[in-house]
Amino acid sequence: MLTLEKRPTPSRFWTAATPVVAVLLTMVAGGIMFMLLGKNPFEVIRTIFWDPLFGEFAWYLRAQLLVKAGPLILIAVGLSLGFRAGIWNIGAEGQYIMGAVIGAAVGLAAFPTENRLIYPVMVLAGAFGGWFWAMIPAILKTRFNTNEILVSLMLVYVAQTILAMASTGFLRNPEGSGFPGSRNFSNYKAASNPELIAGTGMHWGVVAAFVTVIAAYVLLQRHLLGFQIKLSGQAPRAARFHGVNPTKLTVLCMGISGALAGLAGLFEVTGPAGQISIDFNVGYGFTAIIVAFLGRLNPIGILLAGLIMALTYIGGEMASTNLGLPSAAIQAFQGMLLFFLLAVDVLSNYRLRLFTAGAGPAKTKTGGAS
Amino acid sequence: MEGLTKAYPGVVANSDVSFTLKAGEVHALLGENGAGKSTMVKMIYGLVKPDSGRMIWKGAPYAPAEPRAARASGVAMVFQHFSLFEALNVAENVALGMENPPPMGELAARIKAVSEEYGLPLDPSRMVGDLSAGERQRVEIIRCLLQDPKLLIMDEPTSVLTPQEVEILFKTLRQLSAEGTAILYISHKLEEIRTLCDEATILRRGKVVGTCTPRERTAREMAEMMVGAVLTPPERAPRKDWGDTAPALSVKGLSVASPIPFGTALKAVGFDVARGEVLGIAGVAGNGQDELLLALSGEIRSEPGMVTAAGVPVGTLGPAARRRIGFVMAPEDRLGHAAAPDMSLVENAFLTGAIRKGLTRRGFIDWAATRDFAEAVIRDYDVRTPSSGAAARSLSGGNLQKFVIGRELSQAPEVIVINQPTWGVDAAAAASIRQAILDRAAAGAAVVVISQDLDELLEVSDSFAVLNEGRLTVPRPVKGLTIDEIGLMMGGAHGMEVAHHG
Amino acid sequence: MDFGGINPVVLIASLMVAAVPIMLAALGELVVEKSGVLNLGVEGMMIMGAICGFMAAVHTGSPFLGFIGGAAGGAVLSLVFAVLTQGLLANQVATGLALTLFGLGLSSLMGQGYNGIKPPLTGAVPFGPLRDIPVLGRILFSHDWVVYFSIAATALVWWVLKATRLGLVIRAVGENHDAAHALGYKVQRVRLGCILFGGAMAGMGGAYISLARVPQWTDGITAGAGWIALAIVVFSSWKPWRILIGAYLFGGISQLQLSLQASGSKIPVGYLSMAPYLITILVLVIMSSGRAKASLKAPAALGQNFHASR
Repeated sequence: MLTLEKRPTPSRFWTAATPVVAVLLTMVAGGIMFMLLGKNPFEVIRTIFWDPLFGEFAWYLRAQLLVKAGPLILIAVGLSLGFRAGIWNIGAEGQYIMGAVIGAAVGLAAFPTENRLIYPVMVLAGAFGGWFWAMIPAILKTRFNTNEILVSLMLVYVAQTILAMASTGFLRNPEGSGFPGSRNFSNYKAASNPELIAGTGMHWGVVAAFVTVIAAYVLLQRHLLGFQIKLSGQAPRAARFHGVNPTKLTVLCMGISGALAGLAGLFEVTGPAGQISIDFNVGYGFTAIIVAFLGRLNPIGILLAGLIMALTYIGGEMASTNLGLPSAAIQAFQGMLLFFLLAVDVLSNYRLRLFTAGAGPAKTKTGGAS
Repeated sequence: MEGLTKAYPGVVANSDVSFTLKAGEVHALLGENGAGKSTMVKMIYGLVKPDSGRMIWKGAPYAPAEPRAARASGVAMVFQHFSLFEALNVAENVALGMENPPPMGELAARIKAVSEEYGLPLDPSRMVGDLSAGERQRVEIIRCLLQDPKLLIMDEPTSVLTPQEVEILFKTLRQLSAEGTAILYISHKLEEIRTLCDEATILRRGKVVGTCTPRERTAREMAEMMVGAVLTPPERAPRKDWGDTAPALSVKGLSVASPIPFGTALKAVGFDVARGEVLGIAGVAGNGQDELLLALSGEIRSEPGMVTAAGVPVGTLGPAARRRIGFVMAPEDRLGHAAAPDMSLVENAFLTGAIRKGLTRRGFIDWAATRDFAEAVIRDYDVRTPSSGAAARSLSGGNLQKFVIGRELSQAPEVIVINQPTWGVDAAAAASIRQAILDRAAAGAAVVVISQDLDELLEVSDSFAVLNEGRLTVPRPVKGLTIDEIGLMMGGAHGMEVAHHG
Repeated sequence: MDFGGINPVVLIASLMVAAVPIMLAALGELVVEKSGVLNLGVEGMMIMGAICGFMAAVHTGSPFLGFIGGAAGGAVLSLVFAVLTQGLLANQVATGLALTLFGLGLSSLMGQGYNGIKPPLTGAVPFGPLRDIPVLGRILFSHDWVVYFSIAATALVWWVLKATRLGLVIRAVGENHDAAHALGYKVQRVRLGCILFGGAMAGMGGAYISLARVPQWTDGITAGAGWIALAIVVFSSWKPWRILIGAYLFGGISQLQLSLQASGSKIPVGYLSMAPYLITILVLVIMSSGRAKASLKAPAALGQNFHASR
């Protein structure tokens, strides 16, 4: 019989190895799923994980990798700070939408003025939009003890309604002959977020993601605030004993994650997406939760996890066009990845032990003296 | 009833332990914290399986696979940390410990009947969370009695009781043993064992080191068997007059609600502690000790003037601000409150040392200096650990306690607040912790020690007070205080446990 | 008897229908939380129930088997949750989220090719002449069996938790798992049973959406109903009858906003469709603002994993 035995100290090896094991297991389980769908599993896996990087169209797809990974990393780093502190903001999708809507509204209000200050102001407005949307659950939690998970999630649905209202109403392109959707930012230079180096997919959002990864790394490793975040998540009573103010920390973590999600939305709407439209959001806010966990809530890990998750998006699209794989299969595949990660995660804190019943030299301890 | 024999070679917690228990006998299992007493009884109760050895119960081999089986054979147990459910009522709690409980109405009537028969009155419809520690224990005992046990195991039953409650408990136990129930009584309190028990088996580090008839031995003899060494009381330097105008720590009319569910609110607590003085606060667990520590550490805020340090009101300050003006605190719960279980000792050193040891620069942490601090604590307080990078949870309770106390006392404190300084620590380490506290007091710190161990308090304190249902008695000098007076302070009872460590 | 184009009798009758999915799911989650487990995957289990139930009903032609299929679908997904959290001690919050993300993806994958199909209809229970009683007939005797089942399930859950040994053990495990273990109860096994029950109930609730309430299959058909069910558990302060009240209140609000939209109200559609979510938030705030009180009612071990060696 298998039993679990708590390790005295968390295993460093398994902490680093679990994401790799999880990805491999997901490939196996996903392969079985693809086989059940009547596809050749090896071909699908190769299309998802290999072709975007080294295949025929890699020159184009590699750039797409950064485009997709940018917002995922930006949001996931923010979320990971909260998750570490035991603050569960799972409404990043809503904050992402609100960042885009408010940022875009500011930009469109200035149309067609061309001024170098417009874009920075939009960036601030985008961050504000996400921050503001995250402040609602934060303040309700600290003030009324309301569950932040439920509130932040409810607000996603509200944000989606606002997005629909924006694209059909107050932000609709007056020259769009009545079709839903705002003006396209690619035609408005002062407010657009173009590719910085042609063919790389690098835009300001990707730059922001890299900067955020470094900043978060330094924060968690070296700064008092990072220590307090980690402490609050691991031992809330010890955190209060240390002198952490849980209210301030909640507001701060929710604020940071909201602002980063808002930024991601703003960079997306002014760059790759180009305009506010009803189907502007594609679930980055939820996928970022997987990215955060897959990256072990560690900024560097999130950077890698974001790239892998972006790969599954792009590879999934390719598999969908080339092999006729349903696009929903990729969503299930990503969900599966999180399952496997959570499952193998047990190894970093516990040892698996094989118990042989009956005689034989039992080396395990039956219980600690108390 | 034949007897009970067992041997468990090769086990860490218990090795090759054997003893016999007769019907109607009160048998003591005596040993220090960590001697393996609790593991032993868990095996008898079917919670833990022995690796080898055997038990014989009424002449037949006995190997309970689970507590249910143990209960079916007539073994009942009262736990050290209560196995009760606070949000359920008394009758429901009792029902959970029975195999085939009768319908609730009938059960409630039986609880009433049995509780009155044994002089342990209880209302079956009350919520357990609202009961005192003594009443909770009654729930446990009645749960056992309703099963008509042949063997009753009591694990440290008196650690949470007032002297009067101990008296009542002993009466009940004597009544039971007269009726033929065997009682296995686990304790490290020697006077109790001398008054109650017929036979004693003494454990040290999982091994039997001796057996005796407690009534024929002195407490001191048994203590030395239990500890295996001759103990020396701490040295005290004569107190200096520091010539202060205001007391180093003054608490006036401190009333705060408890943040702990089913906790005890503090009601107008007041005391002064001067530099170099040690105030000992006694009382039974759950009477506001945790809340008092939280209010002094700044985890619960109060009105500004309710807590003052050297004349400065600090009631509204948080823990960090209080550390800045010289407070250090050591809460009772080491794992989770005083230390973060999954963090390394270095990180745990930073936990409270950051401010007084100056371990940050503009918000950035100086990990090298923190490591030096942690290693100094480990060295000075003889903390046994593979390295300063080990997680706090990997240390034994006693070692972690030494680390926590060492971490606080190494910060040149002005005011020291400690709850249960030597809980779960072996006798030698406990003596060194007490000595360290006294040294700090001699160096000019004001010290508040909260403890449930009267001997300890009388040993280290200059003045003495008792916390009872959130109220504090007026502190009195320890010198000249008689046991009778202490009994009166604790609620007017006799039979206090007398100093035994030589 | 119309108020602004809305007939109150029809509104009450239809809110009873609208409330069924969240009521079933919330009752299941109530039992799960009573045992000390927080399963945030209700949305995922509901949508799995919705598609599994839909497929089962379409293929067998029996709506009843559809509901059984829905319950099975939800239970299978909840089994994954149980294995991860009870067996492998994974974080319950994260696992619940994973359940939802995975359920949404898998359901949409399974539902390929089921768009636009009509499922066999679940008919109203034949009450005969009772149905023709004015007002009451429409409100009380015009529904399909699941509506009555949901009320009966509320009563059953209430009775089991309050008056039976099983209910006592479930509450004990959720209150203090260490003590329950010390008394010899199998904490993980009790929780596993509760999680499966919660999954089956959520699955059935989901199946009701795709089989009776809508009735058809579209991706993401549950549209946050699982999260609202979670909110209703908080609203109920873990009391079964209050689940019924909460579900009816919410059913009423969502039905009212639909009626207002249909009757061409002056309020913009956007505000109406966000109203149920905003009102849920408001209710959550009101319920949780009695700080200490609310936290005392929640099972004490909620969300904590149990490992015997500790």
